[in-house]
Amino acid sequence: MMPDAIVLHTPLSEHDVTSLTIGDRVLLNGVLYTARDAAHKRLVELLQSGGPLPFDLSGQVIYYVGPSPAPPGRPVGAAGPTTSYRMDAYAPMLIRHGLRGMIGKGARNDAVKEAMRQHKAVYFAAIGGAGALTARSILSAEVIAYPELGPEAVRRLEVKNFPVIVANDVHGGDLYEEGVRRYARTA
Amino acid sequence: MRSIHVDDIVRTVRDLAIRANTELGEDVLRAFEAALEREESPTGRDILKRLIENAQIARDEKIPMCQDTGFAVVFVDMGQDVHIEGGSLREAIEEGVRQGYRDGYLRKSICHPFTRQNTGDNTPAIIHIDLQPGDHFRLTMAPKGGGSENMSRVTMLTPAVGIQGVKDFVVQRVKESGPNPCPPTIVGVGIGGTFEQAALLAKKALLRPLGSPNPDPELQTLETDWLEAVNRLGIGPQGLGGRITSLAVHIQMMPCHIASLPVAVNIQCHAARHKEASL
Repeated sequence: MMPDAIVLHTPLSEHDVTSLTIGDRVLLNGVLYTARDAAHKRLVELLQSGGPLPFDLSGQVIYYVGPSPAPPGRPVGAAGPTTSYRMDAYAPMLIRHGLRGMIGKGARNDAVKEAMRQHKAVYFAAIGGAGALTARSILSAEVIAYPELGPEAVRRLEVKNFPVIVANDVHGGDLYEEGVRRYARTA
Repeated sequence: MRSIHVDDIVRTVRDLAIRANTELGEDVLRAFEAALEREESPTGRDILKRLIENAQIARDEKIPMCQDTGFAVVFVDMGQDVHIEGGSLREAIEEGVRQGYRDGYLRKSICHPFTRQNTGDNTPAIIHIDLQPGDHFRLTMAPKGGGSENMSRVTMLTPAVGIQGVKDFVVQRVKESGPNPCPPTIVGVGIGGTFEQAALLAKKALLRPLGSPNPDPELQTLETDWLEAVNRLGIGPQGLGGRITSLAVHIQMMPCHIASLPVAVNIQCHAARHKEASL
């Protein structure tokens, strides 16, 4: 699987992400933090009020996912990405505070792309709807904040060779735009 | 008069919820294989192969194919000579959803619109009851994910725009949805009826098995033409570029008001889940 993939370990350094370009296949190893809209709202409110976050953002990667419940003997159920545009309102602030990577599905808005370029962060696409397959790369999951949010709680995931594709790089590249441009047929 | 006990309905809805979320239909798997033959993008081909692998893992290990196990949409097709015994039909369906989402380790994704407080058991279900002559009783469970539902729309077009206007609306909807509804998608189109009926037609169109022709030859021609137009957009699997943006366009149509041309587009992600059972 993915013989040409680049293997990276979190936390990611500036050098790790500046060497990536759109379309690169990457296997992520180490720790990912999960957060969806509801958790993002709280994280941004904490940053605005100067309070400490439930985890240190620097060099970290946030995975936009709300896993299905873990059946007995498994760390999580299905765990594919959710649509990323719902996090666009919050992402630039997290990037300014050191977030190095995001994993989701679907395109980002200009404000997020500009923040990624300025502060050297990348956006990875995981395969939406491949939740059973993706879960195989997750070794452990632990709720570290907001358990009352249920599937939207913040989790600390340990992952091994978690497969993603670079969708937006620090150089301004956007695979969603370029990929579609390559295959579109005008009438 | 035939009697059906609510306990049988609870059990059936429970099982359908679990099976719908873990066993992708053979028709969808065949559509993935056919798409793989035609997809030119290497990334797109890679994604299609992983979707096939994902469906196999979900089926073998009995875990949901997608973590978004959806809003439980239940269609009840029942004969008017059926008597429901032992309680309420609606409550039986709700209880089946409750048990299925609990026992199948399915995600509970239903919340208050403003506070976002989760209801905790994936209820309420969305229940559509169609009462017809006879004594049949058929349940269809169609869990619907949020990502693709968010990209769906209803509009009231001006009758003068005709077929071309409807086509333009459908293609534009798929274009604007881009990667968000998890392509390759199925595009359900409801034409006619009223505002709410158009949406229901679009949703019902998604239940037709992939690869089966529209019973109306005129609509079949439109489906082929609109699918080709959608697949010229280049969106491709997961929106990362490619030939296969959608696996099918399915249309359902009925008469409308002389002043109106209602059109609904209900987009279905590739996890096109529905399971049926007759009691």
